[in-house]
Amino acid sequence: MTAMDPSLKHEEQAILRLRSLYRSYGYTHYKMSKFEEYDLYVRNKSFLVSENILTFTDTDGKLMALKPDVTLSIIKNVKEGSTALEKVYYNENVYRTSPTSHGFQEIMQAGLECIGDLDLYAISEVVLLAARSLESISEAYLLDLSHLGFVTGLLNQLGLRESALRELLGYLGAKNTSAITAACGRYGVSPQHREQLCRLALLYGTPEEVLPELKKMAAGPQMERALAELKEICSLLSPGGYCLRLDFSIVNDKNYYNGLVFRGFLPGLPSSILAGGQYDNLLHRMGKRGGAIGFAVYLDLLERFGGEELAYDVDVLLLYDRGISPAKVAAEVAAIEGSGQSVRAERTIPAGLKYRQVREVR
Amino acid sequence: MEMLNIALPKGRLGEQVYRLFEAAGYECPSIRGENRRLIFENEERGVRYFWVKPSDVAIYVERGAADVGVAGKDILLEYQPDVYELLDLGMGRCRMCVAAKKTFRDSMDRTLRVATKFPRIAKAYYSSLSREIDIIKLHGSIELAPILGLSDVIVDIVETGKTLLENDLEPKDTIVPISARLIANKVSYKFKYEEVTALCRCLDGLCREQDQ
Repeated sequence: MTAMDPSLKHEEQAILRLRSLYRSYGYTHYKMSKFEEYDLYVRNKSFLVSENILTFTDTDGKLMALKPDVTLSIIKNVKEGSTALEKVYYNENVYRTSPTSHGFQEIMQAGLECIGDLDLYAISEVVLLAARSLESISEAYLLDLSHLGFVTGLLNQLGLRESALRELLGYLGAKNTSAITAACGRYGVSPQHREQLCRLALLYGTPEEVLPELKKMAAGPQMERALAELKEICSLLSPGGYCLRLDFSIVNDKNYYNGLVFRGFLPGLPSSILAGGQYDNLLHRMGKRGGAIGFAVYLDLLERFGGEELAYDVDVLLLYDRGISPAKVAAEVAAIEGSGQSVRAERTIPAGLKYRQVREVR
Repeated sequence: MEMLNIALPKGRLGEQVYRLFEAAGYECPSIRGENRRLIFENEERGVRYFWVKPSDVAIYVERGAADVGVAGKDILLEYQPDVYELLDLGMGRCRMCVAAKKTFRDSMDRTLRVATKFPRIAKAYYSSLSREIDIIKLHGSIELAPILGLSDVIVDIVETGKTLLENDLEPKDTIVPISARLIANKVSYKFKYEEVTALCRCLDGLCREQDQ
């Protein structure tokens, strides 16, 4: 972390660092309009974090929405036919509700997307940038990886209905082994598979600790393939010494996501600050070919992260009255400001202002 | 070692839960004192307990003010907090029921009026039956609603059924069995992995012993 102007807020510092990080890996800035046609979101509602969307009617009668999400807009505008990858980063405000907020919030997001004919290097580069994004904000962080191919590979062996699979995925996401056990009993899942599901739910640790466990579990081509990919990505990243963990309770919607999915955490923040994954399925649903992976950093969460509140609003409160010439006040202000202190000139003491010292112009 | 912040539900269940934690080796003697304090610490064992309103436990845990907590399954179903549900403690067992006057006869040709403290659970249950309902959200004394004709049925927690019986009501259907669960904040689980999983192991061991 390099030292930055202390007058910048935590989230502003983070944005500057992230932008330069993404640029240094050749990602180009993607600037988009604040609005999109509502239609774009209706067709992919469950991809969105919350289904509520702020809408308004444009002057030509079209129903428009304030962006609740950035990824969909980027995919919509992906050019096809090029063999090169599209690598873009963004820094945008989105508008959405959350279950705990009672109403819409403006959420500051930064992130990147890598779209096209993905290969293992491209995937691991995105994970590396996710780890380095977290690292640029805090020395202590964790990046949890999961692979949906591995999870669905196991679930597909159970031969259950879609609704039952969704239920099990929910329990996996809550690490709720007693519910997994009960549901497996209800659906007649074999004890061996039940055992595996419970183990998968509770697995948590570094790749070195967890990968051997996964090897014991892997059965069938889908799981084997996912494991091989996960292994390769972890070994590509291992020289960086990043704080990676494997955790299969990260269960993104498999209608959109397919391969690697991940979440980033900082100590002291109650929820994940970074979320991402490979979403080929979403791309295909929107009629595009190829693969895509990306992530978003929720910068609004940083408002309460780490930084202590400033003890003072201003170093010097400079009081003067009407009888004093403006030139004299100006000279005094310039002198204090020039000495490196902040100064506020007032005729009376403002209520609620916290200052280190008060001086008077005579 | 980092302190583990534990939110316990105020009341009888909370005291029972604390005894379990104590038996598992997470004692905090100051909690036994007769006083109005809300936070109790035992630095040696690395635990800090606090009493909160039972329906608020999930909020404390979800927002990370508590690392772990104990909440009834009813609360978890109703508020759907984004937390890990690590253990069924098997305490505070009861069930979420539909109850009505003994004389009540359900008729499918009318919208059913349902009084409850748990609108989400009631809605989910009746929508699974494709039944049109009118939810009346109340905050207490739910049993009164069918007696006064405010509602046709109630959806509420039934432990022994004694309150229902004394008010001439009876349980008609069980929606879901309820018991106390150990929940954990998703981020605390990761950063305090050793502490949380050790607690979980100890409690799980005790619960299994008690079951036998």
